[in-house]
Amino acid sequence: MSQHTLDARRLLCPLPVIRTQNAAKKLKPGDTLSVTCTDPGAESDIPTWSRINGHKVIEIKHDDQASELIITIEIGEG
Amino acid sequence: MTKQRKAVALISGGLDSLLAAKVMLEQGIHVEGINFYTGFCVEGHTHAIRKKDKAKPKRNNALWSAEQLGIKLHIIDVIDEYKAVLINPKHGYGANMNPCLDCKCFMVNKAREWAEENDFDFIITGEVVGQRPMSQRRDTMNVVSRESGAADILVRPLCAKNLPETLPEREGWITRDRMYDFNGRSRKPQMALASQFGFKDYAQPAGGCCFLTDESYSKKLVDLWDARNSREYEMDDIMLLKVGRHIRPKPHFKLIIGREDGENRFMDGYRKQFDHFTTVSCPGPLVLIDGEMQMEDRALAARLVARFSKDKNSDAVTVCLHLRDGTEEELTVAPLRNEEIPEAWHI
Repeated sequence: MSQHTLDARRLLCPLPVIRTQNAAKKLKPGDTLSVTCTDPGAESDIPTWSRINGHKVIEIKHDDQASELIITIEIGEG
Repeated sequence: MTKQRKAVALISGGLDSLLAAKVMLEQGIHVEGINFYTGFCVEGHTHAIRKKDKAKPKRNNALWSAEQLGIKLHIIDVIDEYKAVLINPKHGYGANMNPCLDCKCFMVNKAREWAEENDFDFIITGEVVGQRPMSQRRDTMNVVSRESGAADILVRPLCAKNLPETLPEREGWITRDRMYDFNGRSRKPQMALASQFGFKDYAQPAGGCCFLTDESYSKKLVDLWDARNSREYEMDDIMLLKVGRHIRPKPHFKLIIGREDGENRFMDGYRKQFDHFTTVSCPGPLVLIDGEMQMEDRALAARLVARFSKDKNSDAVTVCLHLRDGTEEELTVAPLRNEEIPEAWHI
Protein backbone atom coordinates (compact mmCIF):
# COMPACT_ATOMS: atom_id res chain seq x y z
CA MET A 1 0.00 0.00 0.00
CA SER A 2 1.35 3.40 -0.89
CA GLN A 3 0.25 7.00 -0.53
CA HIS A 4 -0.11 9.34 -3.47
CA THR A 5 -1.07 12.97 -3.97
CA LEU A 6 -2.71 14.88 -6.80
CA ASP A 7 -2.85 18.64 -7.31
CA ALA A 8 -6.24 19.56 -8.82
CA ARG A 9 -6.21 23.18 -7.67
CA ARG A 10 -7.76 25.77 -10.00
CA LEU A 11 -9.42 23.03 -12.03
CA LEU A 12 -13.17 23.23 -12.33
CA CYS A 13 -15.74 20.47 -12.49
CA PRO A 14 -15.42 17.87 -13.90
CA LEU A 15 -11.64 18.11 -14.37
CA PRO A 16 -10.78 17.28 -10.71
CA VAL A 17 -12.82 14.07 -11.13
CA ILE A 18 -11.20 13.24 -14.47
CA ARG A 19 -7.70 13.73 -13.00
CA THR A 20 -8.65 11.63 -9.95
CA GLN A 21 -10.08 8.91 -12.19
CA ASN A 22 -6.97 8.83 -14.36
CA ALA A 23 -4.62 8.78 -11.35
CA ALA A 24 -6.63 6.03 -9.65
CA LYS A 25 -6.29 3.78 -12.72
CA LYS A 26 -2.55 3.55 -12.04
CA LEU A 27 -2.93 2.63 -8.37
CA LYS A 28 -3.48 -0.66 -6.59
CA PRO A 29 -6.28 -1.62 -4.17
CA GLY A 30 -5.41 -0.30 -0.71
CA ASP A 31 -3.33 2.61 -2.02
CA THR A 32 -4.46 6.07 -0.95
CA LEU A 33 -4.78 9.17 -3.07
CA SER A 34 -5.05 12.67 -1.60
CA VAL A 35 -6.49 15.20 -4.03
CA THR A 36 -6.12 18.94 -3.35
CA CYS A 37 -8.92 20.97 -4.95
CA THR A 38 -10.20 24.54 -5.01
CA ASP A 39 -13.51 23.88 -6.81
CA PRO A 40 -16.08 23.47 -4.03
CA GLY A 41 -18.03 21.14 -6.31
CA ALA A 42 -15.29 18.55 -5.85
CA GLU A 43 -16.50 17.93 -2.33
CA SER A 44 -19.61 16.35 -3.81
CA ASP A 45 -18.23 15.00 -7.08
CA ILE A 46 -15.14 13.09 -5.95
CA PRO A 47 -17.00 11.20 -3.20
CA THR A 48 -19.81 10.38 -5.68
CA TRP A 49 -17.27 9.17 -8.23
CA SER A 50 -15.56 7.13 -5.49
CA ARG A 51 -18.81 5.47 -4.37
CA ILE A 52 -19.90 4.44 -7.86
CA ASN A 53 -16.47 3.09 -8.71
CA GLY A 54 -15.91 1.12 -5.52
CA HIS A 55 -13.41 3.39 -3.78
CA LYS A 56 -13.68 4.71 -0.23
CA VAL A 57 -13.43 8.31 0.98
CA ILE A 58 -11.24 8.31 4.09
CA GLU A 59 -11.09 12.02 4.87
CA ILE A 60 -12.16 15.44 3.63
CA LYS A 61 -10.10 18.30 5.07
CA HIS A 62 -10.84 22.00 4.57
CA ASP A 63 -8.30 24.75 4.56
CA ASP A 64 -10.64 27.72 4.56
CA GLN A 65 -7.84 30.26 4.50
CA ALA A 66 -6.50 28.88 1.26
CA SER A 67 -9.98 27.96 -0.02
CA GLU A 68 -8.67 24.45 -0.55
CA LEU A 69 -9.98 21.05 0.32
CA ILE A 70 -8.07 17.79 0.44
CA ILE A 71 -10.02 14.65 -0.29
CA THR A 72 -8.31 11.37 0.53
CA ILE A 73 -9.63 8.16 -0.97
CA GLU A 74 -8.61 4.54 -0.61
CA ILE A 75 -8.54 2.67 -3.88
CA GLY A 76 -10.95 -0.25 -4.02
CA GLU A 77 -11.06 -3.39 -6.14
CA GLY A 78 -12.81 -1.42 -8.90
CA MET B 1 -24.93 -20.22 -19.84
CA THR B 2 -26.03 -17.06 -21.68
CA LYS B 3 -23.37 -14.41 -22.03
CA GLN B 4 -24.01 -11.27 -20.01
CA ARG B 5 -24.45 -8.55 -22.61
CA LYS B 6 -22.93 -5.16 -21.92
CA ALA B 7 -23.89 -1.70 -23.11
CA VAL B 8 -22.22 1.67 -22.74
CA ALA B 9 -24.68 4.51 -22.19
CA LEU B 10 -23.97 8.13 -23.07
CA ILE B 11 -24.86 9.90 -19.83
CA SER B 12 -25.27 13.65 -20.09
CA GLY B 13 -26.76 14.15 -16.67
CA GLY B 14 -30.19 14.98 -18.12
CA LEU B 15 -33.39 13.01 -17.79
CA ASP B 16 -33.41 11.27 -21.17
CA SER B 17 -30.07 9.55 -20.81
CA LEU B 18 -30.96 8.54 -17.26
CA LEU B 19 -34.17 6.90 -18.49
CA ALA B 20 -32.57 5.24 -21.51
CA ALA B 21 -29.97 3.56 -19.31
CA LYS B 22 -32.63 2.51 -16.82
CA VAL B 23 -34.74 0.91 -19.56
CA MET B 24 -31.76 -1.25 -20.54
CA LEU B 25 -30.93 -2.14 -16.93
CA GLU B 26 -34.52 -3.33 -16.59
CA GLN B 27 -33.85 -5.74 -19.45
CA GLY B 28 -30.93 -7.28 -17.60
CA ILE B 29 -28.18 -5.58 -19.56
CA HIS B 30 -24.94 -4.67 -17.77
CA VAL B 31 -24.72 -0.93 -18.33
CA GLU B 32 -21.82 1.45 -17.70
CA GLY B 33 -22.01 5.17 -18.39
CA ILE B 34 -19.70 7.36 -20.42
CA ASN B 35 -19.58 11.14 -20.34
CA PHE B 36 -17.45 13.33 -22.58
CA TYR B 37 -15.96 16.59 -21.37
CA THR B 38 -15.50 18.99 -24.29
CA GLY B 39 -14.61 22.06 -22.24
CA PHE B 40 -17.91 23.68 -23.15
CA CYS B 41 -20.09 21.70 -20.73
CA VAL B 42 -22.12 24.01 -18.53
CA GLU B 43 -21.95 21.47 -15.73
CA GLY B 44 -20.43 22.90 -12.63
CA HIS B 45 -18.13 25.57 -13.99
CA THR B 46 -20.05 28.74 -13.47
CA HIS B 47 -21.70 27.33 -10.36
CA ALA B 48 -18.26 26.99 -8.86
CA ILE B 49 -17.18 30.48 -9.89
CA ARG B 50 -20.03 32.86 -9.28
CA LYS B 51 -21.41 33.74 -5.89
CA LYS B 52 -24.94 34.14 -7.25
CA ASP B 53 -24.95 30.45 -8.10
CA LYS B 54 -23.91 29.33 -4.65
CA ALA B 55 -27.44 28.27 -3.76
CA LYS B 56 -27.52 25.74 -6.62
CA PRO B 57 -26.45 22.24 -5.69
CA LYS B 58 -22.81 21.74 -6.64
CA ARG B 59 -23.06 18.35 -8.15
CA ASN B 60 -22.08 16.84 -11.43
CA ASN B 61 -25.36 15.61 -12.83
CA ALA B 62 -23.78 12.83 -14.89
CA LEU B 63 -22.19 11.40 -11.75
CA TRP B 64 -25.43 11.88 -9.88
CA SER B 65 -27.35 10.04 -12.63
CA ALA B 66 -24.88 7.16 -12.52
CA GLU B 67 -25.31 6.85 -8.78
CA GLN B 68 -29.10 6.79 -9.13
CA LEU B 69 -28.71 4.02 -11.68
CA GLY B 70 -26.14 2.13 -9.67
CA ILE B 71 -23.70 2.05 -12.59
CA LYS B 72 -20.09 3.06 -13.16
CA LEU B 73 -19.40 6.28 -15.04
CA HIS B 74 -16.32 6.96 -17.14
CA ILE B 75 -15.67 10.67 -17.74
CA ILE B 76 -13.47 11.21 -20.76
CA ASP B 77 -11.51 14.38 -21.50
CA VAL B 78 -11.99 15.13 -25.22
CA ILE B 79 -11.02 18.81 -25.08
CA ASP B 80 -8.29 18.54 -27.73
CA GLU B 81 -10.09 16.17 -30.07
CA TYR B 82 -13.22 18.29 -29.90
CA LYS B 83 -11.47 21.28 -31.46
CA ALA B 84 -11.77 19.77 -34.93
CA VAL B 85 -15.51 19.31 -34.40
CA LEU B 86 -16.07 22.91 -33.35
CA ILE B 87 -13.67 24.58 -35.76
CA ASN B 88 -14.89 22.88 -38.91
CA PRO B 89 -18.23 21.10 -38.46
CA LYS B 90 -19.23 19.12 -41.55
CA HIS B 91 -22.92 19.73 -40.86
CA GLY B 92 -22.58 23.34 -39.76
CA TYR B 93 -23.76 25.18 -36.68
CA GLY B 94 -27.15 25.53 -35.05
CA ALA B 95 -28.64 28.84 -33.93
CA ASN B 96 -25.34 29.79 -32.30
CA MET B 97 -21.89 28.16 -32.45
CA ASN B 98 -23.34 24.77 -31.51
CA PRO B 99 -22.28 22.03 -33.94
CA CYS B 100 -24.89 19.66 -32.48
CA LEU B 101 -25.04 17.06 -35.24
CA ASP B 102 -21.26 16.78 -35.63
CA CYS B 103 -20.98 16.70 -31.85
CA LYS B 104 -23.40 13.80 -31.57
CA CYS B 105 -21.61 11.87 -34.35
CA PHE B 106 -18.30 12.52 -32.57
CA MET B 107 -19.54 11.33 -29.19
CA VAL B 108 -21.25 8.21 -30.48
CA ASN B 109 -18.10 7.39 -32.44
CA LYS B 110 -15.99 7.82 -29.29
CA ALA B 111 -18.41 5.61 -27.39
CA ARG B 112 -18.14 3.00 -30.15
CA GLU B 113 -14.36 3.04 -29.90
CA TRP B 114 -14.59 2.73 -26.11
CA ALA B 115 -17.05 -0.17 -26.44
CA GLU B 116 -14.67 -2.00 -28.78
CA GLU B 117 -11.70 -1.45 -26.49
CA ASN B 118 -13.60 -2.61 -23.42
CA ASP B 119 -15.53 -5.51 -24.97
CA PHE B 120 -18.99 -3.97 -24.74
CA ASP B 121 -21.71 -5.10 -27.13
CA PHE B 122 -23.72 -2.00 -27.93
CA ILE B 123 -24.33 1.71 -27.29
CA ILE B 124 -27.30 3.46 -25.69
CA THR B 125 -28.36 7.09 -26.06
CA GLY B 126 -31.34 8.99 -24.70
CA GLU B 127 -32.20 10.47 -28.10
CA VAL B 128 -35.85 10.95 -29.02
CA VAL B 129 -37.06 11.41 -32.60
CA GLY B 130 -38.14 14.99 -33.22
CA GLN B 131 -36.93 16.37 -29.92
CA ARG B 132 -34.16 18.64 -31.15
CA PRO B 133 -34.19 20.69 -34.35
CA MET B 134 -30.72 19.68 -35.49
CA SER B 135 -29.46 16.45 -34.00
CA GLN B 136 -32.65 14.60 -33.12
CA ARG B 137 -34.68 14.47 -36.31
CA ARG B 138 -35.37 11.14 -37.98
CA ASP B 139 -33.05 11.95 -40.88
CA THR B 140 -30.22 13.29 -38.74
CA MET B 141 -30.46 10.39 -36.31
CA ASN B 142 -29.71 8.17 -39.31
CA VAL B 143 -26.71 10.39 -40.01
CA VAL B 144 -25.48 9.83 -36.44
CA SER B 145 -25.82 6.05 -36.78
CA ARG B 146 -24.00 6.04 -40.09
CA GLU B 147 -21.24 8.60 -39.56
CA SER B 148 -20.36 7.44 -36.06
CA GLY B 149 -19.82 3.95 -37.43
CA ALA B 150 -22.14 2.59 -34.76
CA ALA B 151 -24.83 1.59 -37.30
CA ASP B 152 -27.11 -1.05 -35.80
CA ILE B 153 -25.37 -1.35 -32.46
CA LEU B 154 -26.74 2.09 -31.54
CA VAL B 155 -29.92 1.69 -29.50
CA ARG B 156 -32.25 4.54 -28.57
CA PRO B 157 -34.55 2.90 -26.01
CA LEU B 158 -36.88 5.89 -25.61
CA CYS B 159 -37.93 5.90 -29.28
CA ALA B 160 -36.78 2.47 -30.49
CA LYS B 161 -40.28 1.53 -31.62
CA ASN B 162 -40.16 4.35 -34.17
CA LEU B 163 -36.84 3.21 -35.62
CA PRO B 164 -35.50 0.22 -37.57
CA GLU B 165 -34.61 -2.91 -35.64
CA THR B 166 -31.12 -2.96 -34.18
CA LEU B 167 -28.65 -5.81 -33.80
CA PRO B 168 -29.26 -6.29 -30.05
CA GLU B 169 -32.97 -6.74 -30.84
CA ARG B 170 -32.33 -9.18 -33.70
CA GLU B 171 -30.01 -11.19 -31.50
CA GLY B 172 -32.59 -11.27 -28.71
CA TRP B 173 -30.39 -9.51 -26.15
CA ILE B 174 -33.14 -6.93 -25.65
CA THR B 175 -36.78 -6.80 -26.60
CA ARG B 176 -38.56 -4.02 -28.48
CA ASP B 177 -41.73 -4.58 -26.45
CA ARG B 178 -40.01 -3.17 -23.40
CA MET B 179 -38.74 -0.06 -25.14
CA TYR B 180 -40.70 3.10 -26.09
CA ASP B 181 -42.11 5.16 -28.96
CA PHE B 182 -41.54 8.68 -27.67
CA ASN B 183 -41.68 11.30 -30.36
CA GLY B 184 -41.47 15.08 -30.53
CA ARG B 185 -40.74 17.84 -28.09
CA SER B 186 -43.23 17.01 -25.35
CA ARG B 187 -41.56 16.01 -22.09
CA LYS B 188 -44.64 14.44 -20.56
CA PRO B 189 -43.84 10.83 -21.55
CA GLN B 190 -40.35 11.13 -20.04
CA MET B 191 -41.72 12.62 -16.85
CA ALA B 192 -44.30 9.85 -16.59
CA LEU B 193 -41.60 7.22 -17.11
CA ALA B 194 -39.38 8.91 -14.52
CA SER B 195 -42.24 8.73 -12.06
CA GLN B 196 -42.79 5.06 -12.91
CA PHE B 197 -39.13 4.34 -12.18
CA GLY B 198 -39.27 6.36 -8.97
CA PHE B 199 -36.92 9.16 -10.10
CA LYS B 200 -38.12 12.28 -8.31
CA ASP B 201 -35.10 14.57 -8.48
CA TYR B 202 -33.50 14.93 -11.88
CA ALA B 203 -31.64 17.63 -13.81
CA GLN B 204 -33.04 20.06 -16.33
CA PRO B 205 -35.72 18.48 -18.53
CA ALA B 206 -33.90 19.18 -21.81
CA GLY B 207 -30.93 21.04 -23.24
CA GLY B 208 -28.90 23.77 -21.63
CA CYS B 209 -25.87 21.58 -21.15
CA CYS B 210 -23.47 23.28 -23.58
CA PHE B 211 -22.14 26.84 -23.60
CA LEU B 212 -22.05 26.74 -27.40
CA THR B 213 -25.85 26.96 -27.52
CA ASP B 214 -25.63 30.23 -25.60
CA GLU B 215 -25.83 33.35 -27.76
CA SER B 216 -23.66 35.51 -25.52
CA TYR B 217 -20.96 32.86 -25.16
CA SER B 218 -20.96 32.23 -28.92
CA LYS B 219 -20.46 35.93 -29.64
CA LYS B 220 -17.44 35.98 -27.35
CA LEU B 221 -15.99 32.92 -29.05
CA VAL B 222 -16.40 34.41 -32.53
CA ASP B 223 -14.90 37.69 -31.32
CA LEU B 224 -11.88 35.78 -29.97
CA TRP B 225 -11.38 33.99 -33.27
CA ASP B 226 -11.80 37.22 -35.26
CA ALA B 227 -9.36 39.14 -33.05
CA ARG B 228 -6.71 36.45 -33.40
CA ASN B 229 -7.46 35.74 -37.02
CA SER B 230 -7.39 32.08 -36.08
CA ARG B 231 -9.89 29.54 -34.86
CA GLU B 232 -7.41 27.76 -32.63
CA TYR B 233 -8.10 27.92 -28.90
CA GLU B 234 -6.74 26.61 -25.64
CA MET B 235 -8.59 25.47 -22.55
CA ASP B 236 -7.80 28.74 -20.76
CA ASP B 237 -9.39 30.71 -23.60
CA ILE B 238 -12.69 28.91 -23.39
CA MET B 239 -12.70 29.03 -19.59
CA LEU B 240 -12.18 32.79 -19.58
CA LEU B 241 -15.06 33.28 -22.02
CA LYS B 242 -17.30 32.00 -19.22
CA VAL B 243 -16.33 34.63 -16.69
CA GLY B 244 -16.36 38.41 -16.43
CA ARG B 245 -17.57 41.29 -18.52
CA HIS B 246 -15.71 41.39 -21.88
CA ILE B 247 -15.05 44.80 -23.43
CA ARG B 248 -13.00 45.30 -26.59
CA PRO B 249 -12.11 48.99 -27.05
CA LYS B 250 -9.56 48.26 -29.80
CA PRO B 251 -9.24 45.30 -32.18
CA HIS B 252 -5.91 44.22 -30.65
CA PHE B 253 -6.95 43.88 -27.01
CA LYS B 254 -9.91 43.36 -24.74
CA LEU B 255 -10.55 43.68 -21.04
CA ILE B 256 -11.98 40.84 -18.98
CA ILE B 257 -13.50 42.50 -15.93
CA GLY B 258 -14.43 40.45 -12.86
CA ARG B 259 -18.04 41.07 -11.89
CA GLU B 260 -17.89 39.79 -8.35
CA ASP B 261 -15.58 38.30 -5.74
CA GLY B 262 -15.99 34.76 -7.02
CA GLU B 263 -14.93 35.73 -10.54
CA ASN B 264 -12.07 37.87 -9.24
CA ARG B 265 -10.78 34.90 -7.25
CA PHE B 266 -11.03 32.61 -10.24
CA MET B 267 -9.30 35.13 -12.53
CA ASP B 268 -6.59 35.62 -9.94
CA GLY B 269 -5.17 32.29 -11.10
CA TYR B 270 -4.43 33.89 -14.49
CA ARG B 271 -2.45 36.90 -13.18
CA LYS B 272 0.90 35.52 -14.28
CA GLN B 273 -0.31 34.80 -17.80
CA PHE B 274 -1.90 38.18 -18.48
CA ASP B 275 -1.09 41.86 -18.11
CA HIS B 276 -3.72 42.98 -15.61
CA PHE B 277 -5.12 45.90 -13.68
CA THR B 278 -6.09 46.25 -10.03
CA THR B 279 -7.49 49.35 -8.35
CA VAL B 280 -5.45 51.23 -5.74
CA SER B 281 -7.51 54.14 -4.41
CA CYS B 282 -10.74 52.19 -3.90
CA PRO B 283 -12.06 48.65 -4.17
CA GLY B 284 -12.50 47.40 -7.71
CA PRO B 285 -12.37 44.39 -9.98
CA LEU B 286 -9.43 42.40 -11.22
CA VAL B 287 -9.13 43.10 -14.95
CA LEU B 288 -7.19 40.86 -17.32
CA ILE B 289 -5.94 42.21 -20.63
CA ASP B 290 -6.28 39.70 -23.45
CA GLY B 291 -4.18 40.72 -26.44
CA GLU B 292 -1.29 43.14 -26.75
CA MET B 293 -2.15 46.56 -25.36
CA GLN B 294 0.08 49.36 -26.70
CA MET B 295 1.58 52.15 -24.59
CA GLU B 296 -0.96 54.64 -25.96
CA ASP B 297 -3.85 52.33 -24.99
CA ARG B 298 -3.01 52.26 -21.30
CA ALA B 299 -4.88 55.41 -20.28
CA LEU B 300 -8.05 54.30 -22.04
CA ALA B 301 -7.87 50.85 -20.45
CA ALA B 302 -7.23 52.43 -17.05
CA ARG B 303 -10.29 54.68 -17.44
CA LEU B 304 -12.39 51.63 -18.29
CA VAL B 305 -11.09 49.82 -15.21
CA ALA B 306 -11.95 52.88 -13.10
CA ARG B 307 -15.46 52.83 -14.55
CA PHE B 308 -16.06 49.48 -12.88
CA SER B 309 -14.52 50.45 -9.53
CA LYS B 310 -16.36 51.53 -6.39
CA ASP B 311 -15.49 55.19 -7.07
CA LYS B 312 -16.76 55.18 -10.64
CA ASN B 313 -18.57 58.49 -10.07
CA SER B 314 -15.59 60.31 -8.58
CA ASP B 315 -13.24 62.60 -10.50
CA ALA B 316 -10.18 60.39 -10.22
CA VAL B 317 -9.33 56.78 -9.48
CA THR B 318 -5.86 55.31 -9.15
CA VAL B 319 -5.30 51.94 -10.77
CA CYS B 320 -2.21 49.79 -11.15
CA LEU B 321 -1.15 48.07 -14.33
CA HIS B 322 0.82 44.88 -13.68
CA LEU B 323 2.77 43.65 -16.67
CA ARG B 324 3.79 40.06 -17.24
CA ASP B 325 7.46 41.01 -16.95
CA GLY B 326 6.86 42.02 -13.32
CA THR B 327 6.89 45.79 -13.81
CA GLU B 328 4.06 47.93 -12.49
CA GLU B 329 2.68 51.35 -13.35
CA GLU B 330 0.18 53.39 -11.38
CA LEU B 331 -2.19 55.61 -13.32
CA THR B 332 -4.63 58.14 -11.88
CA VAL B 333 -7.47 58.66 -14.33
CA ALA B 334 -11.00 59.96 -14.64
CA PRO B 335 -13.41 57.01 -14.88
CA LEU B 336 -15.07 56.75 -18.27
CA ARG B 337 -18.72 57.74 -18.15
CA ASN B 338 -21.26 55.19 -19.27
CA GLU B 339 -22.11 57.18 -22.37
CA GLU B 340 -18.43 57.17 -23.35
CA ILE B 341 -18.45 53.38 -23.71
CA PRO B 342 -19.94 52.50 -27.11
CA GLU B 343 -22.30 49.54 -27.14
CA ALA B 344 -20.11 47.94 -29.81
CA TRP B 345 -17.26 47.56 -27.29
CA HIS B 346 -19.35 45.16 -25.21
CA ILE B 347 -18.88 41.62 -26.49
